[in-house]
Amino acid sequence: MLTTREIKAGEVVAALALRVLAGGSNLEQQIRGGYASDMLSCVMAEAKTGYIWVTMQGHPNVVAVASLLELAAVVVTENSPVEAVTVQRAEEKGIPLLITEHDTFTTVAMLAQLGIKGSR
Amino acid sequence: MADWRTVPADLHIHTVVSACAEAEMIPPLIVRRAVALGLGLIGVTDHHSVENVQAVEQAARPHGIRVLPGMEVQTREEVHVLCLFDDLDCARSWQDMIWKHLPAHANREEHFGAQYVVNAEGDYLRSNERLLQTSTTLSFEKVLGLAEEWGGLALPAHVDRPRYSLFANLGMIPEGVALTGAEISARITEEEAISRFPSLKGRSLVQSGDAHRLEEMINTTRLRAPEPTLQELRRALLKEGGREVFLRGP
Repeated sequence: MLTTREIKAGEVVAALALRVLAGGSNLEQQIRGGYASDMLSCVMAEAKTGYIWVTMQGHPNVVAVASLLELAAVVVTENSPVEAVTVQRAEEKGIPLLITEHDTFTTVAMLAQLGIKGSR
Repeated sequence: MADWRTVPADLHIHTVVSACAEAEMIPPLIVRRAVALGLGLIGVTDHHSVENVQAVEQAARPHGIRVLPGMEVQTREEVHVLCLFDDLDCARSWQDMIWKHLPAHANREEHFGAQYVVNAEGDYLRSNERLLQTSTTLSFEKVLGLAEEWGGLALPAHVDRPRYSLFANLGMIPEGVALTGAEISARITEEEAISRFPSLKGRSLVQSGDAHRLEEMINTTRLRAPEPTLQELRRALLKEGGREVFLRGP
């Protein structure tokens, strides 16, 4: 277990005051670690099941990757534009799609304070 | 079909209006290199500029080399897309549209390099003072859709590269996107590309030099069609009526 204590996606939403764009019924999943990148190929190579992914990308492929890897949640930073179809697909796939005004640096720092760690 | 020509092409060439291109990327030298490579069709595709296309066209005309006006567009997701057009007017109106979706920052030559607009002889006319080499606010799908509206051809550029590429930045071909073809870089063979990215299988591929220096121009792409025009290129990529685009074997 990478996190120092058990933490669920819903607790992260509350702690960081994230706005839930989609997947709000699926916030009970345990977060097992975190990864941050805007390169989807890197996410595909490095993120693991149950991770929370922090990114500025709002493209529908974000949901495809999150679904493929069975990620616990995606956090879009800086209120970056998220395409309508991205939200729609996240809802369909039950992927919690969260958004914050904070930048990626600040968001990851806050996640780290909650005890969420990366894999290397 | 008997009188069809098979034309060697490099569809992705930068000139000195691209900040990252070397000073040698001026029309007469690009054309000289194209002649040496036996190219019959070239794409002039600078970062968010078509300002040097006409000069290259003028330099190429006496040598019978067809020039496709184009542009390398950087999407919101930082994916590079090669956009090619029928003629200069069309490409210029495309540039007007793209500039509306490009943040209005000044280029800083000392950091990024100069952006020179030149004539057919390669003489300096002016500098583009705007920062051209940055992301537009348009998504990958939007750029593809707009290029179609303009009657142009849009191909994801250098898909095998680790950055500024469809597979690096977006991981996969997005659902619902119909690609006319894709571009691979000179650093990979067609077989290696298909092996690394199986979703390329069965698609027409072009291979381009993405030349920022003369020696980077290449001639491995072949267009077999009645004539080397954009619309014929499109039909060849779609394998219509016996037309084809193929890469020269090793």
